[in-house]
Amino acid sequence: MTTNTLSKHVFSIEDFNLWYGNDQAIHQINMEIPRNEITAVIGPSGCGKSTLLKTLNRMIETIPSVHTSGSIKYNNQEIFAKKQLVEELRTHVGMVFQKPNPFPKSIYENVAYGPKIHGIKKKKVLDEIVEKSLRGAAIWDEVKDRLNQNAYGLSGGQQQRICIARCLAIEPDVILMDEPTSALDPISTLKIEELIKELKNDYTIVIVTHNMQQAARISDKTAFMLNGELVEFSDTDQLFSNPKDKRTEDYITGRFG
Amino acid sequence: MTCGLSHNLCVVFKKRGIHVNKKAEQSYSVQDMIKKNKQKKNIGNYFEKGIPYFLLLCAIISVITTIGILFTLLRESITFFSNVSLVDFYLGSEWSPWTDRFGVAPLIIGTLLITAIAICVALPIGLAASIYLSEYASDRTRKIIKPILEILAGIPTVVYGFFALTFVSPLLGSVFTDMKIFNALSAGIVVGIMIIPMIASLSEDAMSAVPKSLREGALGLGATRFEVAMKVVLPAALSGIIASVVLAISRAIGETMIVTIAAGATPNMTFDPRQSIQTLTAFIVQGATGDTSYQSNIYLSIYAVGFTLFIFTLLMNILSQYISRRFKEDY
Repeated sequence: MTTNTLSKHVFSIEDFNLWYGNDQAIHQINMEIPRNEITAVIGPSGCGKSTLLKTLNRMIETIPSVHTSGSIKYNNQEIFAKKQLVEELRTHVGMVFQKPNPFPKSIYENVAYGPKIHGIKKKKVLDEIVEKSLRGAAIWDEVKDRLNQNAYGLSGGQQQRICIARCLAIEPDVILMDEPTSALDPISTLKIEELIKELKNDYTIVIVTHNMQQAARISDKTAFMLNGELVEFSDTDQLFSNPKDKRTEDYITGRFG
Repeated sequence: MTCGLSHNLCVVFKKRGIHVNKKAEQSYSVQDMIKKNKQKKNIGNYFEKGIPYFLLLCAIISVITTIGILFTLLRESITFFSNVSLVDFYLGSEWSPWTDRFGVAPLIIGTLLITAIAICVALPIGLAASIYLSEYASDRTRKIIKPILEILAGIPTVVYGFFALTFVSPLLGSVFTDMKIFNALSAGIVVGIMIIPMIASLSEDAMSAVPKSLREGALGLGATRFEVAMKVVLPAALSGIIASVVLAISRAIGETMIVTIAAGATPNMTFDPRQSIQTLTAFIVQGATGDTSYQSNIYLSIYAVGFTLFIFTLLMNILSQYISRRFKEDY
């Protein structure tokens, strides 16, 4: 994949549909995700927002019954094209999951895992990557003295930041976040939110969240999805202060969902 | 419905076997009915109290049996070792009980040879099968293959024995020179085939138990499925896999029928798998079925050999418990 042809939009989604077996989960979505901004996707449970997110790095394909139609372009390249290697796409489009999922290994091994599977073996280089990534995920100071301890000994919020560091270690272009704070307490959530805002300078971030306040606090653009359709997609300020669609207004004012 | 309770409630009660007396409507509350039913069940109380004792008894039976077997083994072994010295038994290199030579080493080497061949066959195949089943196979494929694999585990060992003697051995004989008809290699290979399902099935269980989120974490970093299998799933399931292998090893050590039929009855001090050998277990069969007189040295030696075998499997069990604790990756 050639990343030098940088377009203004990282992802261009056109007429995209997705089915789980016979159930259509996503209907005719068209949207463009801007570079180096935070795009939030909100909506009630089951509206297809996580499905859409997981489609962007083709993680959705781990579910065998999924099939799709339409097009998603990443930097002007069709991600469903036959010659597109899914592993290569995922090295450019990283992902942070809902529940912190560090590997049952040391903190160091967790962060070094990505670079290692992509062939980086020199200890010195790995050391640098690990430190840089942990600093990038704002957890270096907390773990620098215990890099060889198992990541499972950390708190949930720390584990999630390790997962973010693990993702940063391969220097992706985009980071997809699937409700990254829903399993965390308010203080850890705050730390992660601050981190996300900092990461915006170097990365494009797409975040799915249940929490409308969170979307309002951190994102530049917000998409509202309902029953698999994209109802409204605009600047966050505008969507929350002056929604165009009645359904968006009902949702953000808490009339349902 | 004349029932004093609401219609719906009556239906619910009837389903649960609580009978609402139509004539005595309104005089019963639900609590009263429960109380009445409980009084009927008074005998049930004794039953309820007796149950744990009965279950304990069943648990104790297996413990007592183990102790009983150990006691018999020890008693006869001690008698044997008062006739033949421990040093001669464990350090002697000739096993010829009918001429009063009781050096157990050839039998131990025979057993180790069979076990080593079996593991060389079963470990790669079993592990590869388990990786396929847990990481690559679709649900449908797994549902077909796994039961078939487990049928393999249900085949009587005597059938395996004949398979080794009448199919594998001639086949190998046409490949290798100097291959005896009764030989360690064909018996070992077939013991290996026998323990494949054990390794495959138990390892598959251990690997399937690794949470999906770990796989997703690695896939999300651009790892291929094979990298996920080898570098995430395998290490995380290592304790279960090792436990399955150790269990399979102790099964191979204790395997009797196949080696009795196919490995021969020649206590040879050799690591050459083309030769006919004898294992600890095969000697016990020979000693126990032959016309050995009661309390003769040969008769007693069965117990000494059995005791040695017991020590082996006991060690393997302890090892497997130690390993599964030591290598446990918590997730």
